[in-house]
Amino acid sequence: MHIRPVLPEIIVFTMACVILLADLFWKRRFKGLMYAATQGTLAAAAVAAYAARNETPRVILHGMMAADYLSVILQIAIFAMTAIVLAYSRTYMTERGVFRSEYFALALTGVAGMCVMVSAAHFLSLYLGLELMSLSLYALIAMQRDSVPATEAAMKYFILGALSSGLLLYGLSMLYGATGSLEIGKVAAALAALPRQDLVATLGLVFVLSGLAFKLGVVPFHMWVPDVYEGAPTGVTLYVSAAPKIAAFALFLRLLVEGLHGLSGAWQEMLVLLSFLSMAIGNVVAIAQVNIKRMLAYSAIAHMGFLLLGLLSARVSGYADALFYALVYALMTLGAFGVIILLSRKGFEAERLDDLRGLYNRSPWYAWVMLLFMFSMAGIPPTIGFYAKLAVIQAAVSAGFYGLAVAAVLFSVIGAFYYLRAVKLMFFDAPVDAMPLRPGRDLRWVLSLNGLAMVLATPWVGALIGICRAAVRGFP
Amino acid sequence: MDVYRHIALSVAIWLPIAFGVLILLGGRRYPRLVRPLSAVGAGGTFLVTVPLWGLFRAGSYAMQFRESAPWIPAFHINYALGVDGISMPLVLLTSMIGVIVVIAAGPAVKERVAEYFAAFLIMEGLMIGVFSALDAMLFYVFWEAMLIPMFLIIGIWGGPNRVYATIKFFLYTFLGSVLMLVALLYLYYRAGESFRIAAYYHLPLGLTPQILIFLAFLIAFAVKIPMWPVHTWLPDAHVEAPTGGSVVLAAIMLKMGAYGFVRFSLPIVPMASHELSGLMITLSLIAVVYIGLVALMQDDMKKLIAYSSIAHMGFVTLGIFLFRRIAMDGALVQMISHGFVSAALFLCVGVLYDRLHSRAIHDYGGVANRMPIFAAFMMLFAMANAGLPGTSGFVGEFLVILGAFKVDVWYAVLAATTLISGAAYTLWMYKRVIFGPVTKPAVAGLSDVTGRELSFLAILGAAVLILGVWPAPLLHVMSASVHHLLWRPGVRLAGATP
Repeated sequence: MHIRPVLPEIIVFTMACVILLADLFWKRRFKGLMYAATQGTLAAAAVAAYAARNETPRVILHGMMAADYLSVILQIAIFAMTAIVLAYSRTYMTERGVFRSEYFALALTGVAGMCVMVSAAHFLSLYLGLELMSLSLYALIAMQRDSVPATEAAMKYFILGALSSGLLLYGLSMLYGATGSLEIGKVAAALAALPRQDLVATLGLVFVLSGLAFKLGVVPFHMWVPDVYEGAPTGVTLYVSAAPKIAAFALFLRLLVEGLHGLSGAWQEMLVLLSFLSMAIGNVVAIAQVNIKRMLAYSAIAHMGFLLLGLLSARVSGYADALFYALVYALMTLGAFGVIILLSRKGFEAERLDDLRGLYNRSPWYAWVMLLFMFSMAGIPPTIGFYAKLAVIQAAVSAGFYGLAVAAVLFSVIGAFYYLRAVKLMFFDAPVDAMPLRPGRDLRWVLSLNGLAMVLATPWVGALIGICRAAVRGFP
Repeated sequence: MDVYRHIALSVAIWLPIAFGVLILLGGRRYPRLVRPLSAVGAGGTFLVTVPLWGLFRAGSYAMQFRESAPWIPAFHINYALGVDGISMPLVLLTSMIGVIVVIAAGPAVKERVAEYFAAFLIMEGLMIGVFSALDAMLFYVFWEAMLIPMFLIIGIWGGPNRVYATIKFFLYTFLGSVLMLVALLYLYYRAGESFRIAAYYHLPLGLTPQILIFLAFLIAFAVKIPMWPVHTWLPDAHVEAPTGGSVVLAAIMLKMGAYGFVRFSLPIVPMASHELSGLMITLSLIAVVYIGLVALMQDDMKKLIAYSSIAHMGFVTLGIFLFRRIAMDGALVQMISHGFVSAALFLCVGVLYDRLHSRAIHDYGGVANRMPIFAAFMMLFAMANAGLPGTSGFVGEFLVILGAFKVDVWYAVLAATTLISGAAYTLWMYKRVIFGPVTKPAVAGLSDVTGRELSFLAILGAAVLILGVWPAPLLHVMSASVHHLLWRPGVRLAGATP
């Protein structure tokens, strides 16, 4: 048995159970210990994943899991993102009385689900990971039982999520019918033998892509995103906005690129449409938002449209660019939500854009940090967001999608407006809220580092893209 | 000296940026160190760039003071720097204006002093980066990164309508440059995955791609220059910007658009440049004639100088697209000269504004009675703006008009109207502000220039006169590069070799 590549999943899942049980016996004590144990688990899992980096790429556990460099990179990213989420949300969740073992346990099961997703080599394991992640997310969103918006958001997410899972399953069953296998590698081989336009397989692709697009939150499957972002407690929004996007992106790589490469002509066309619509609707509708969480939700939709630019090039370098974009985006969005958490305090939720007003007078340092996140999201050099945009637009141009590349840059100009508006509120306006900011130690340090990473990563962009290239080497 | 050749440009870029970041981080805790530190940063940068002039080998069109290191190998992006005869004077102009902006930021800057100096120093480094980048993507990074400090400068220290002006400025220029990004990516693939600007010079491109690329570049550069009809952001930005912001905007940022034409459009897409030169000349002449008339009607001094900048930059683009040696020389001299003159005029308005807090011409009158030294300096700069022989403003305009005569007499006639309109709007403003009896009580209380103000006016005055009387050294430095630009082997932009 080859256990080593799945050691991270085992560690995370075991510790999720341990934390849940420990809480039963030591009620309400050692809360700091639980937090430390969770962070320790994530660190240990990251080390375990890193230790498996040199394994030769192969499929293990009877065709269930893929052990390759891509899953190592993605798993480490997921652990890091989740560790950041926990650090950011510590004060926030404590003040709202939900920084409890359930929170840690659900966060860890979600992480376990994502880990399975990113290294799945079989339709069943892929679906299992997806549902494990989704169910943890639904529960996390509804954790504040007495909050009406949170419950509503969880309900919406659950219903729409179940629907999309159904679509995905339906698509997978058609693919099974067309190819006679559930293993991604065998499906790919069987598809290559089919005639170019096999109707059943293409129909299966449509359903699979709809399901995936829902999980990634791209137009026209984006309706849940703003509601969930807005309704969920900010600490959970943080969680939903970063690592699950990376995992959903991994599904695109595993299913579309590895499994359905034979249908790449068909999914390229569909992705062009999804990408264009997401960039257009995400960026335009974000301008009309007054709620900052909804604004970031629409910005997320737009960013996922950019991410697809890399995928739809159907080139290996394009997948690396999309991977780079996904990682950079996750860091940016974590930072932006981190600042929102910073502005919130007990009994006050920073939700409106106006809450950013005069941040520069209240705390110049965090205003600069948020400025870096905003300009990075807008894609202005020298922030890292620019290199990510450059990479994916370059991928679109390399595949000959000039029109789409022009559309992408024009939409990024439209998008720049609402990021600039946030900067304007912080720097040019007087504060309406004079309460001093009292960030916890974790938030203070990690948020500052996260912000500085936006510019200080510049000299190492080349190395980072190199890692992403290595991760997708060997993809068709 | 050998070491200097290999690090000069990097130091000139990163020294001011490092000082800027330092001031940003420590300026709140040690406010008394802010001004000395910025003076050291700007002055040091200037001293670093001065030997560029002396060590420059004027007979060669090759890039000098080259540096190169791989930066993003995945996309073949290099950190490659170097200057030729066209960009070296612009680097010097930038570092000199940097010093002047630091001197000029007097007691009028009271709020967020550290951030003010930091923004200018960081911008200075980025602007030097634009002029010395040899890698298209490095150029683009510097070009775009500049928007961030400028956005803050106008938005934080600007006038009452600053938010509108700064967002307009940002979105206009951002929109202009993103299409250039797509064009650069296209060239990247055509050149076999290379961002080296020089690699684009020998691409065999068809006429249609050439024209599309030209238009993409045109939008980016035309917005920055700005050319009619995409000039509307400039008066707004200038009026609302603080004095230092106006100076940097007029003296250097506008030059970047013209520099872009010379570095990118002309050598990369020569066929399209020829094909569309009629359009470019028309737009330039509209800027010269029409914007000159618009300037005449302004009551706000800053707006008047802003419009006059557009008209003068029209001369630069006219000179570039006439494809005559003499006109190209004129355009490049005009770029440097306008850097001095517009900076000086904006500083003059700043001197008045610091005292009376008004930029309206009708609030002044008879200033000469109270500020004779100031009046004398402003006279010099007004004359230079109007193109009086003996000042730097004359050299550029005269050479461009001479070049226009060789192409078409009507171009020359229309261009020469600037000698009338330029004189009219500048001198009329000067007359209403400086001459006449003192009728406003506020003017009666004015005091003449301080030593600080005298110092920057004197530096710029000397520069205007020296360049006006003896432009030969500048022309000599540019000569080989201009020749290479117009008569590159294989591409003859300006007809037969002279």
